Formats: sequence, structure tokens, C-alpha cells
Amino acid sequence: MLHTFVALVEDRPGVLTRVASLFRRLNINIVSLTVGHSERIGVSRMTIVCEASPTAGHRIAASLYKLENVLQVDDVGQLSHVARELALIKVAATPKTRSQVFELAEVFRARIVDLAPESLMIEITGVESKIEGLIQVLNEAGDRILEISRTGRMVMRRGQHTSRVLEAMRVPGVETVAEFKAEEDSAAPSDLLMADETGL
Amino acid sequence: MSTGKHAKTPTSSNAGTRLTGAEILWATLEGEGVSVVFGYPGGAILPAYDALRKFPIRHVLVRHEQGAAHAADGYARASGKVGVAIATSGPGATNLVTGIATAMLDSVPMVCITGQVSSKVLGTDAFQEVDITGITLPVTKHNYVVTRAEDVAPMIREAFLVARSGRPGPVLVDITKDAQQGSAEFDFAAAAPKPHRPHPMLKTESVSVLQAAELIRNAKKPVILAGHGIIQSNAYQQILTLAERMKIPVASTLLGLGAFPASHPLSLGMMGMHGEAWVNHAIQQSDLLIACGMRFDDRVTGTLATYAPNAKKIHIEVDPAEIDKNVKVDIALIGDLKEALEALLPHLPPKPARHESAWLREIEASKGEVAVRDIKNLPDSGHLYAAHVIHDLWRATDGKAIVVTDVGQHQMWEAQYYKHETPRTLITSGGLGTMGFALPAAIGAKIACPDKEVWVVAGDGGFQMTAAELSTAAQEELDLNIAVVNNGYLGMVRQWQEFFYEKNYESSPLRSPDFVKLAEAHGIRGTTVGKRPEVVPAIKTAREHKGPFVINFLVEKEDSVYPMIPAGKALHEMIRRPNHNPLVETAGDK
Repeated sequence: MLHTFVALVEDRPGVLTRVASLFRRLNINIVSLTVGHSERIGVSRMTIVCEASPTAGHRIAASLYKLENVLQVDDVGQLSHVARELALIKVAATPKTRSQVFELAEVFRARIVDLAPESLMIEITGVESKIEGLIQVLNEAGDRILEISRTGRMVMRRGQHTSRVLEAMRVPGVETVAEFKAEEDSAAPSDLLMADETGL
Repeated sequence: MSTGKHAKTPTSSNAGTRLTGAEILWATLEGEGVSVVFGYPGGAILPAYDALRKFPIRHVLVRHEQGAAHAADGYARASGKVGVAIATSGPGATNLVTGIATAMLDSVPMVCITGQVSSKVLGTDAFQEVDITGITLPVTKHNYVVTRAEDVAPMIREAFLVARSGRPGPVLVDITKDAQQGSAEFDFAAAAPKPHRPHPMLKTESVSVLQAAELIRNAKKPVILAGHGIIQSNAYQQILTLAERMKIPVASTLLGLGAFPASHPLSLGMMGMHGEAWVNHAIQQSDLLIACGMRFDDRVTGTLATYAPNAKKIHIEVDPAEIDKNVKVDIALIGDLKEALEALLPHLPPKPARHESAWLREIEASKGEVAVRDIKNLPDSGHLYAAHVIHDLWRATDGKAIVVTDVGQHQMWEAQYYKHETPRTLITSGGLGTMGFALPAAIGAKIACPDKEVWVVAGDGGFQMTAAELSTAAQEELDLNIAVVNNGYLGMVRQWQEFFYEKNYESSPLRSPDFVKLAEAHGIRGTTVGKRPEVVPAIKTAREHKGPFVINFLVEKEDSVYPMIPAGKALHEMIRRPNHNPLVETAGDK
């Protein structure tokens, strides 16, 4: 299954290697890894998605903690969270075929961020399934995709809400694994909304 | 920690002292309590060597950097302190790697210092430049590159903290030549690392302690699995109390030998691949395993599918990453072993005598059956067996020597036949199984414990891997006794070939030099022994001799270590010593 970890690490040379090397040593493939500054100076935030056995989460988190440069590890798989990914997609489109791509992009709430005589660039943000959905419909519509650049998943735990808010969001305060699975299938509530709108 | 005898005691307030990076290195080591380092000089570390004479630190010149790492390792295992090895850049640094990995696998606290080319040419493939921090990344707890003199003290101090905290391990500090040559203010106190971030998963929860106590109280067939962690955590007394109070038999891992006195009635001996039948039998029959500071290595468990099928498992361990790694446990107490046991013991009232007797009787019964097959108990056939040698060594040294073994058959015979009563008396490469470990590690152990009797027990194969260190032992005039168990084979390889490769002895026969003459060439005395009656007198001669002494024991060539559980088999599927040992029968030439 896919595991998602958020690791706060020291912003120093070589730290990424140490983290990546750990997964290599455990013979676990990294599906995506995003890293950037966090809210704290000198601390970077990594979101690591990897494919591993369902019971591997504890060992991966425990092993990450063994790296001296790792400050905090969160196995967000168990927790209510928001997950997003950003993608830039360059599509071959002439003035004649552009409008079709515009329409698709609008349905997916994606933006056109560059326009050239023979191509355009789409920026889309959302859960992975939404991005995969756009790619699929572009392909099916016969629009040739020239390039795709994806950030990989970034996640953040949901904040502390009052019980009424949580109830309205259908997010229990403390989630069980079973509830998490249900959420994964249907995405988080806000994603549900998006999925409804886009008809995915 | 500092000697306090020197004017420049770094622990005293000496803010404002301006020193070179090289001087700061030694001053910081001195401040960390280091009195001896093992090393080999070279270009990129020469500034440090140049400054050494100003500091009260003994440098032991090894003959190969692997020896430096093993010696620092042996020093650490014998003393419990952090061992220090030092080498130059490039090949000097890469030669340390085997020794670093050995320490990593056995959780030995060690700091390795390597010289590095000047920071101005880093990454240019300069002469003797190698990315040693990249190379050692997976085999160190952590490593550092130091490019400025002012970073030397803080990074060395942090390295010591990392090496000895939590689950100990090796740390490497790579110091560029310009960092050694540059100068900076030196203030030992100000360079103190911030308190080490404890592993956030360390938790000995009170509810888990109560659950563990309940399991222990109710167990009918409990077994304590005693690991290296007992020695690392100084928890001997707590283990002894736990075993005696609850009448629980104690099985040891290879590295756990010595953590529980071998002569104690509750001591079972070594478990696992070459553990005695009753030990593995007890584990397989057990209804509760209390694993203390051990990691369920594959050499201990055999196949996991059938490992201790009826047992609940309590795992007390300092490294959270070890929990559920190999064996799924019922209760984990994650933290320092000694603290965890101290939290546990108040909940364990002594068990009434009638409960435990059936379980202990069952184990005792299986011991008697096995003893018949023990080669130690077979009549003298005129042939010399390694088991006899180890047994006689144990008796002659009263079981009190520090024995440093190499890796292979002799290592297992040592573990079976030398009964270790106290911690830190068996020093051996367990996890990595590094041949060539014994002699250099024994040099470190002897320097750590000059008043203790130290024996090297090595095979003819492993001994030759680092035999150059004989020269180090001679130069340092170490009172080291060296037993080479010489069977003319890479014995364990030959044994596997005999059992699993149809006796195809490919590349395992070994022609060795005359080890006595080799010793003589180093100015070391030695003798060759080929008959049982000569064993004890030779050991006596070695013990009485001041300085290194080599005994070349010519033992039975094709003997095997029994019992043996083939890799991947269950603990009860063992190969036993044949009732009628063909080797013994052919020796009926009396």
C-alpha cells in the first residue's frame, strides 16, 4: 500500500541523500518526494510517498527518526489530512484546437498559464486522481501531451476543529484505519466536492 | 573525564585560547576522555599528527587502517568507552569501512576521524580524495564533513554524543586539511552539543509494563532471551534479578554471552544456529519469550514461520526500528533496558517454587540426552579437536580471560565451550561476521584492559587476513596470547560445502605459513600443538610469557560445528553430531 510521511529535517547539504538512502537501504521504492522550506527557518519539510507493506509504516518512521538530521516524522496515513499535487502539462494545440483544451481545463478547474502558437501549458492542482483524470481526458480527446511535470504529493494534517465542524466535514476527531480507508476511496470532503463538480 | 594533570585541561574554562584545527581536534578528544587512538598517518591527516605530541594521547600505529577500526572497536567493547580510530583521506579512509560496518552491525560506540583534501579542491578528484562520508553513510550512525577550524570542536563533541547515545554506533568525522591548518578560538565547554534529541518513539508506557508483568507472572514456560543490549545498558543485575526472582531460564545471543553468568543454574547458553539443542528446544516450547536487548537476527530465529509458535513475546529494546522487524511481538517496551527492567521488577513478586520446577525439569532432561553427543565428553582418540582446545583454555584461564574471536567455526566452538561469567569478556564480530577481526580487536581490548588476560582465538583463514597486526602487538609490547585454531581449511565454508554442496570443497582448503615462524619473524614467541596432552602446557607457557605469544593448534581438519540449524530451517530441524563420529572411529589407532 502507499504510505505518506511528512518529515521535518534540517536544511543542510546531504540531508536529502540520507533520507533517500534510507529508503534505498530498506529496498522501498519512493513514489514521490517533495521538499521545500517549512514555517521554521533552517527546517525543510519533506513529503515522502512510498509503496510498502501495510505493516511497514512503523519501521519506516522509526528508521527515519534514527537519522540525526530528521527532527520530526508524521505517518499521515493514519490521520485526517489534505493532500495536493501540482502539475504543469504542456499540450500541443493550434489556434483551431485550443478551445477544446480550454473547456477541459475549465471543468478541472485548471488554469492556462502559457500560450504559444503550437502549444499551451495547463497548471492543475489537486489530488493525484484529479490530475490523472485530466491527463486521461486530454489523451482521449486526442490532444497530444508534450510534457508533464508533477510535484508529487504534499500533505498537511487537518487542524483542530470544533466537533460541529468535524461532524459537518464528516471527519471524526480521532480516525480509525477503517475510516481512513473510506476517506481514501472518496477523497477528503473538499475533494469530494471537487469530484462532484468535475464529474469524476 | 579529563586527566586533570595537564595545564591545558580543556574542560577548564579556556575561552579565548586560539589553536589550530589540528590542536583543537586533540584537545577536544582529550576533553572527551580519550587517552588512546588507533591510526595510520598520511598526507591529509598530517597536520593532526604534527600536533599530537602536545597532547597526552597515546597513538597506536596499526599496519592497516582496517586494524585501526577493529582495534578501536575492541577497545570500546572491552571498556564500554568510545573507541577512536584515525586515518588519512582516500585509501586510508576506505580501509576503515569494514571496521566501521562491523561496529555498526554490533552497535559499538566508535568515532572515526579521517583527513580529507583541502576544502578548496573538494570534489575535484584531488590526490587521495574520496567521498568517505558518502561511502560510509549506510554504515555509520551519522557522519560529518568539517571544513573550518571553528567547527572541529562542536562536531567532534556531537560525534561522541551520537556514538554513545541510544543504540550506540560508529560516527565518522571527515576533516579537511585546511580545517586542520586553520585556527580558531577553542572553548571546550562552549562546544558542547545541544542535548541529544531522544527518539520520540522511545516510550516505556506504564500500561505496557503492567501488561508485560502480567504475562510474566502467568507464564508457564518462560525464557529470557539475553542480548548485547544488557551489556550496553549495564543491566546485568536487573536481568539476574528477573531470572532468579521468577525462576526463568536465560538463553543468550552470541553477543549476549557474558551478560548472564554461564555457570548460573538458570543459564541455558547460546541460542540459534549453533545453539545447543536444549536451548532451541526451550525456545520452541516456550509460552513466553522475554527478549532483552536483542534483535531476532536470522541466525537466532531460523525460519520465522515456525519460530517459537506458542510463545507470547515481550521485546525490550532501545531501538524502535527493531520492534516487529523480524518477529511480531505482543508487548514492546521501547527504551533503555536497565530502566525498563527497573520499571518492570516492582510488579513481579517472587514466584512460588512449585510452578517453575516442571518447566526447568523439562529443560534439564533434554540437557542430559545431548551431553552424550558432546565431543568434549568423547574419549581421547589421539586427535586434537578445537572443542578440546577451547575447553582446556577455559579451564586453564579459570573462565576469566577476555577472549577475542575471529569469525567461523572456532568462533562457534568458543561460544559453546568457553563459559563466560562476566560481561565484556567475549569480543566477537556477530552481525557482520568480519574475518580478520580478532587480532586487531584484541590489541584494542588489551590496551583498554592492560591488567586483564586477553586471548585471541582465530582460525587459520581469518588470522591471515590481518596477521600484519602481529607487528603492532610486537611494537606495543602487548601481553597478548594468540591461539590459532588451524585446520587447514576455511572451516565454516568447508562445513557448509560438506552439508549443503555435496562435499565440493571448492577454494576452502588453505595452505598457511608456519605461524610460529611468522611470529618469530615479528620477534614473537610461539609454539605448535598437535596433541591433546600438549594443550594445557602450551597455554601455561603462553600465560607465563610476558609479551605476545602465538600457539598454533593443529586440530582435526574436517570437524564440524554441531548442532547446526541450516539457514532458513526451523529451530528444531538441527543437524546433530553423529552418534558414531567417523572422525573419532578412524582415530582408533591405539
